[in-house]
Amino acid sequence: MNQYQLIKLAKRVGLYALIAVVMVYAIFPFYYAVITSLKPSSELFRVDFWLSSLDFGNYVQIFTQKSFVRAIFNSIIVSLSVVFIALLLGITASYALGRVRFRGRTTVMLTILGVSMFPQVAVLSGLFEVIRTLNLYNNPGGLILSYTIFTLPFTVWVLTTFMRQLPMELEEAAIMDGATPWVIITKVFLPLMWPAMATTGLLAFIAAWNEFLFALTFTLTDDQRTVPVAIALISGGSQHELPWGAIMAASVTVTVPLVILVMIFQRRIVSGLTAGAVKG
Amino acid sequence: MTIQATDSTPAKGRLAQAGHHRGTKVRRQRVRAAWTFLAPMLVALVLVAGWPLLRTFYFSFTDASLSDTAGAALIGFENYLVYDDGTWYGLLADPVWWRSVWNTVFFSVVSVSLEVVFGIIVALLLNAEFKGRMLVRAAVLIPWAIPTIVSAKMWAWMLNDQFGIINHMLMAIGIIDSPIAWTASASYSMWAVIMVDVWKTIPFVALLVLAALQMLPKDCYEAAEVDGIHPVRVFFRVTLPLITPALMVAVIFRLLDALRVFDVIYVLTSNATSTMTMSIYARQQLVEFQDVGYGSAASTMLFLIIALAVVIYLYLGRRQLGVDQ
Repeated sequence: MNQYQLIKLAKRVGLYALIAVVMVYAIFPFYYAVITSLKPSSELFRVDFWLSSLDFGNYVQIFTQKSFVRAIFNSIIVSLSVVFIALLLGITASYALGRVRFRGRTTVMLTILGVSMFPQVAVLSGLFEVIRTLNLYNNPGGLILSYTIFTLPFTVWVLTTFMRQLPMELEEAAIMDGATPWVIITKVFLPLMWPAMATTGLLAFIAAWNEFLFALTFTLTDDQRTVPVAIALISGGSQHELPWGAIMAASVTVTVPLVILVMIFQRRIVSGLTAGAVKG
Repeated sequence: MTIQATDSTPAKGRLAQAGHHRGTKVRRQRVRAAWTFLAPMLVALVLVAGWPLLRTFYFSFTDASLSDTAGAALIGFENYLVYDDGTWYGLLADPVWWRSVWNTVFFSVVSVSLEVVFGIIVALLLNAEFKGRMLVRAAVLIPWAIPTIVSAKMWAWMLNDQFGIINHMLMAIGIIDSPIAWTASASYSMWAVIMVDVWKTIPFVALLVLAALQMLPKDCYEAAEVDGIHPVRVFFRVTLPLITPALMVAVIFRLLDALRVFDVIYVLTSNATSTMTMSIYARQQLVEFQDVGYGSAASTMLFLIIALAVVIYLYLGRRQLGVDQ
């Protein structure tokens, strides 16, 4: 009995040790970035595990840089517009795909799935031409347009799985009353779909906020960049003197809102990710 | 209620007929509405996906340059392969291209395998009962939420050869004698990139596996415990087969992502040949060398390789389903 208890205790300790290792592994890089960003540049090249003094010089430096503030603004505009467009087109399309039986539905679903598997590079040259023709090169509009390629298929897919789960009776009553499909969407489904829309909207926002390849290729000047490109292109006097303090301060600045969002909405995010993958 | 009431009236047949007529009319109206609702999305997808893809295919057979895509002339397969004056030229004769194909495949297979193994371990851990489980789950999600560019920069700083904390720690415990140039050396840079990618994507795999684990029936685990079967054996005999479908979904999603990898490598090692992937190669040709024709040929090859991966996956998936039945 004593030995049994001992084994049980050992298992418990082992479990918590393993959890601690996973926690440290997941959090440490971010923690280290925060520490680095709060160091004065004189102490930057001394390795520390803890913070000895607090210095906001790096933050002052990036926020007094016009191009970085501008990049944050661009990122917010682009991400919010992308979310809005994806949800607007997604909710109507998912009603059609989730609630109406019609010929060609499977084909449309497969096309959407196919588009979501596209490598972004495969459309790069064609999209470049489209964006230049529409006069959207070096303009947030070009990014909003191009981000549709990965946010829209995903949004439609997830919203469709949510839409299918709603009971049939909901609509039947509305159809009996002679409601048009548009009224059914706005009056019956929209109020019920808010949670699902919040989830997919959040995931689309994160995807747009983090996108790099299109943002790097379709913008040219500093004042049109988004945050990931701005961070990637921060450079110092030479290749070997990158201003790591400023880079880390910028990194922490753009990550903190996302981390807070994830903390608050973790249940929703998990359900959205698994709806997009497992049920798909 | 009202329907039941009308059913019992003598005029039942006629009403039913009217209802049926009304049904088809409503149906037709609904189908028409469905296509109307789909139209904006389909137009958007054609504009940003379908048409650009076709143009990329077309450009790959032309000598288009970035400054002048309209004046491109058809040159056949010259971007892919051409025999001129005793030597083969073109994409398929370029050793750097084949190096980047190999790099991409190596990166994808190694990083996805590691992610699956560690993802399962983390998922099993999160599935265990302990205090503060929600907090740990939220913490594990952090790497997923961090933008790829930011995580690449964070790791680039930690992996810095002179001042990086990783070299510092490894030297402090005596594993290495002198600092390693993680991102600059040809032999370590691929592993550095894989390490960063694995760190970032374990949460995704872990969450999908966790969702599958939570749907497993509890009773067979109780039975196994009563019979005194070793937990490792239970894992390989019961758990693993049951979560395989969810695992396959996670693997295909991750594999497709890994085959088109761009950001993490671009930030960590830029255009270095030792870590160059197909996406990096294609973009370098397209944007930096301004050779839209040649770059489009590389993009087209990447598209075909990914399409091939999907077809193989679907084929194997279907065959596996057939075996299961």
